[in-house]
Amino acid sequence: MEVLLTQLFNGLSGGSILLLAALGLALTFGQMGVINMAHGEFIMAGAYTAFVVQKALGDAGVSLLVSLPVAFVVGGLLGVVLEATLLRRMYHRPLDTLLVTFGVSLVLQQLARDIFGTAGVDVPAPAWLSGPLEVFGFSFPRTRVFILVLAIVAVIVLAALLKLTPLGRRIRATVQNRQLAESSGISTRRTDLITFFVGSGLAGVAGVALTLMGSISSNLGTSYVIDAFLVVVIGGIGQIKGAVIAAFVLGVVQSWVEYSTTASIGKVIVFALIVAFLQLRPQGIYVVRSRSLA
Amino acid sequence: MNTGFNRDYLQISDLRVSFDGFVAVDGVDLVVLPGDLRFLIGPNGAGKTTLIDAVSGLVPATGSVQWAGTELLGRKVHRIARLGVGRTFQTATVFENLTVLQNLDIAAGAGRGVRTLLRKRSQVPESVTEVLATVGLTELADAQAGTLSHGQKQWLEIGMLLVQNAKLLMLDEPVAGMSAEEKDETGELLQRIAADDRTVICVEHDMDFMRAFAASVTVLHAGKVLAEGSVADVQADPRVQEVYLGPGAHTAAEVEAVMGEAH
Amino acid sequence: MNIRSILSSRWAVLGGFALGAILLMGVAPAVLSDFRLGLLGKYLCFAMVAVGIGLAWGRGGMLVLGQGVFFGLGAYLMAMHLKLADAPASTGVPDFMALISSDGVPWWWEPFRSGAVTLIAIVVIPAVVAIVLGLATFHRRVRGAYFAILSQALAAAFAIWLIGNPRSTGGSTGLNNFKGFFGFSLRDPANRLMLYLIAAGALLAMIAIARQLMVSRYGELLVACRDAEERVRFLGYNPATIKTAAYTVAAVMAGIAGALFVPIVGIISPNDVGIVPSIGLLIGVAIGGRTTLLGPVLGAIAVAWAETSLSEQFPSGWTYLQGLLFMLVVAFLPGGLASLAPTLRDWRKHRRSDTAAGQPGVAAVPEGSA
Ligand SMILES: Nc1ncnc2c1ncn2[C@@H]1O[C@H](COP(=O)(O)OP(=O)(O)O)[C@@H](O)[C@H]1O
Ligand SMILES: [Mg+2]
Repeated sequence: MEVLLTQLFNGLSGGSILLLAALGLALTFGQMGVINMAHGEFIMAGAYTAFVVQKALGDAGVSLLVSLPVAFVVGGLLGVVLEATLLRRMYHRPLDTLLVTFGVSLVLQQLARDIFGTAGVDVPAPAWLSGPLEVFGFSFPRTRVFILVLAIVAVIVLAALLKLTPLGRRIRATVQNRQLAESSGISTRRTDLITFFVGSGLAGVAGVALTLMGSISSNLGTSYVIDAFLVVVIGGIGQIKGAVIAAFVLGVVQSWVEYSTTASIGKVIVFALIVAFLQLRPQGIYVVRSRSLA
Repeated sequence: MNTGFNRDYLQISDLRVSFDGFVAVDGVDLVVLPGDLRFLIGPNGAGKTTLIDAVSGLVPATGSVQWAGTELLGRKVHRIARLGVGRTFQTATVFENLTVLQNLDIAAGAGRGVRTLLRKRSQVPESVTEVLATVGLTELADAQAGTLSHGQKQWLEIGMLLVQNAKLLMLDEPVAGMSAEEKDETGELLQRIAADDRTVICVEHDMDFMRAFAASVTVLHAGKVLAEGSVADVQADPRVQEVYLGPGAHTAAEVEAVMGEAH
Repeated sequence: MNIRSILSSRWAVLGGFALGAILLMGVAPAVLSDFRLGLLGKYLCFAMVAVGIGLAWGRGGMLVLGQGVFFGLGAYLMAMHLKLADAPASTGVPDFMALISSDGVPWWWEPFRSGAVTLIAIVVIPAVVAIVLGLATFHRRVRGAYFAILSQALAAAFAIWLIGNPRSTGGSTGLNNFKGFFGFSLRDPANRLMLYLIAAGALLAMIAIARQLMVSRYGELLVACRDAEERVRFLGYNPATIKTAAYTVAAVMAGIAGALFVPIVGIISPNDVGIVPSIGLLIGVAIGGRTTLLGPVLGAIAVAWAETSLSEQFPSGWTYLQGLLFMLVVAFLPGGLASLAPTLRDWRKHRRSDTAAGQPGVAAVPEGSA
């Protein structure tokens, strides 16, 4: 029972990290079809933003809360620059965006190494997140609980943004039918930019959360970005709820497989499970019907 | 077993297609015999394209589609194609980076073995040469398909059906965007194809074209068959007039204006 | 007779191959030092992978980001055999294993004591992995983007597995320090020359195979699948089979390249098979021209050469350059340098005010679908 609950919590916690990393991709990949490999480096940029903010403010308690919006803006601006310079000319070649953004990711990683050095840096967690949280006699690390809550809040805010605001309607309209959206007066260019800003900003937020998990270095993003893409693949394109389910399922499954075997064979097993799952549902959990031939 | 009625014909019964609850084809029964040039007309959204999609295996459907005695529903697209069922698309889809000749050669070769596939094409298959002439693209055999005009692409698509040796041809708006002259040529070509004992179904919006070349007509409306018969029968049918012109009685002149003059 | 038809005639092709063979197998060994020749041998291994990528990606439209896995499979299989053959006859346990533990050789290493089994496995295992993964994804019509992501996930999982099992795979250091190659000492320069010649011969053979596939009817079909997969289905073909075949050929080429890489370079480690090296293999192909036959080969050799020459002196400079190349070439010159050639030719023709004959080609970079 003890083990079961701990594993379940570890799974949910791992899932919440995956979800934070994947949420932005659900927008940029899921809604816009861009395979942004630099998403991982936007996460890294968010983490280093937290590092810099803490250096500037000195107070770990306040700096975490300040870092979240700052990192959102930093990630978002990086995304906007990328979209406006390179990706905008590539919407008809979605697969090629993967290679272009891979190049961006190489450059950003090297920049981080040149600026912050190759050794990892630590961002101490604030005092109010240190130690465990006791619930019903079980104890959970407060940092993990914070990340779980942060992920849930991010999902709720994003869902509300898409469902309830005019901006959300514009984004959904542009995704579903670009021409129609354009002819009904929506500036699809601006919508693309804003979508990319929000999606990349979420990567920055994920980066701040990751500073609570350990030291950060230039390759922080690479270890998360593939898993984050897998979350969107499993969830199905164009649906936030698919990504949420997929992230938590993947988190729990990964934690169990790695607990019952070893971390290294666990990855291989999870990969096989995903390929098998796609045999059943090649489009992921949620399918968006479209009439295109492809 | 050759009883004189071993003819390959298409029999659709109670065909239904729905998209997340929206019923696009709603219990269609349809029989088309070889030699027929059947036009499938109906307002936009009537379900004409979806019907073709269902027969060719692109969308899942319920009911039954029997072709030459074989049930098509539930089969994979490429298996249905190998049974001699071919189709074209509302927006012409050809292999733009290949030449006209290469397009046709690929269409002719679904049954080729591995050894033939791994060799270079040493000579043009006879069927391809013939079809090039039939669809009038001999001159353009080495042109890249992407450079063809819209009408030429449609002809190439029809040519691909012919070299594929499809016995059931379903064409989705083949003359959209063609000049009057091109339309006539296409219509005559379709008549010749049907006369060759093939079964041809042609979805069309163009009423003049329909009147000029249809052997028989089926009118589809809101996923259901509204009327069926000769061109004159269908034009005279008040329900068809209602769909095209709105409810109420219509003068002969009105009918003529929209649906053309009855022969 | 115009230039093009002379160039494409059978004799010209044979002449081209003869020229390539003379350059690679005659001139290069004569003018290069042993050390440089070894480096060239390594580049040729990357070029072999590139030939396969050009086929699967350029002609087939499959974004194969996991070629490091097949390269690694071939390499590790060969490395296992070499380590076992080098092991002292008394124990039969390779040096690195004896250092870490006394458990002996894992059971799944045993078959590779046999050279024949190893050589067969180098071809068969990558092929089987590619067939299974290819059919699984292409049959179920998994999106192109999903396939690209799955390939990367496979590369990541493979590298993590290698690192996590140091006892049987050498972990992050990998396998190295090979002494012999099927009975020939790797210290002997004559044997190293022989290895280089084998690599050059293998590359030429792979180019010949890729050329045959590209000019054949199968090659046309593959391009058709790349550009309009659904349409191919309606003609009665199963695109999954067509694509899996090209993917498998590419995988086998990568496997053989890996197997030759091991004795030539003397080390294989997870650094050569993970996500970054797997994607890195594509940049040369993109620069040279992904849809052409020789573009990927030349591009891969040039990039590998640039990496060796630059990364020692300016390690961070090389990373920036590699990143910029990906960004600029793929975004602004998707056809690679090869796509400049027709432009140049047109320009020269224009100057001579010749009429340009329409020239069909499959070189146009397709608008991929995700
Ligand atoms: N893939 C699809 N998903 C949802 N609805 C569809 C799809 N395909 C067609 N429809 C709907 O089915 C109806 C019939 O469409 P269609 O067969 O294209 O009509 P037609 O070809 O007669 O103009 C339309 O209302 C259309 O919106
Ligand atoms: Mg239609």
